[in-house]
Amino acid sequence: MVDASAVGTTDEPYEMTVERGKIREFARATMSENPEYLEDPIPPIEPTFLTSVSFWTPPGRSVFSKVKMDLRRVLHGGQEYIFHGPPPRAGQNLTVQTRVAEVYEKEGKRGGTMTFVVTVAEFRDERGMLVAEARSTAIETGKPATSKEGA
Amino acid sequence: MAPRWEDLDVGAAPEPRTVGPLNRTDFVRYQGASGDFNPIHHDEEFAKSAGYPSVFSVGMLQAGILATFATDWLGADNVRTFGVQFREQVWPGDRLVCSGAVIEKVDAQNGSERAVKLELMVERVGGGTAIKGWATFAVPE
Repeated sequence: MVDASAVGTTDEPYEMTVERGKIREFARATMSENPEYLEDPIPPIEPTFLTSVSFWTPPGRSVFSKVKMDLRRVLHGGQEYIFHGPPPRAGQNLTVQTRVAEVYEKEGKRGGTMTFVVTVAEFRDERGMLVAEARSTAIETGKPATSKEGA
Repeated sequence: MAPRWEDLDVGAAPEPRTVGPLNRTDFVRYQGASGDFNPIHHDEEFAKSAGYPSVFSVGMLQAGILATFATDWLGADNVRTFGVQFREQVWPGDRLVCSGAVIEKVDAQNGSERAVKLELMVERVGGGTAIKGWATFAVPE
């Protein structure tokens, strides 16, 4: 069961270092041959790279764990990234803070009641400027379902 | 070279990109790169215990393929927003087609950058829509 009382919960900020090797690995995994990612010695991140922030989240401190979702019934509903200027590049140190923004329910087409959990992560640069935001929607389905509603 | 402003009218589109057939190694490579180790994408027993016929792809893998399809066209430094809504799941053996087009041109004003808005999509060959996506790219002078 989703714990709706987690709405508004914010984790402690932590640091994420953007690394060239990780950007390269991410380009390979997403099947890009773009030399901007593979050959530039100080490459920019891919648009969805910030999902790898999980490597930097201190163990047990993810706000997501406070929502208590059942992995067998969780689908990813949607994801959005906003960049306030060119995306961060290798070598930057970002400070990350995530909050549980919303929890709401909807009747599914087939899977019973679906619970939606929206989290928002803010990424700030070394000067404290907001450089990127990541908004994620996770869905806990009423039962496992091959879905038209998430992946 | 990224396309010029004059060439980015509404309807302008890159050549669609086909990838796959995707296999379990593709899923695992992405899980290693992203740090999302949800076993439902690589552990067959876990996926079956959850009621699925097999493991299935990480939504963010096809989202990432769509994102780099877009940055390969309009430039890695130029992306300003990228969003996806997940529809159908993607399964081992699926081939995917990424496509997109300009739906709006936004002139520079009050210090903001000139930009184009895109509609994006990932379709499963022989199936339905896996992802509906959208993006905004700055188009430098």
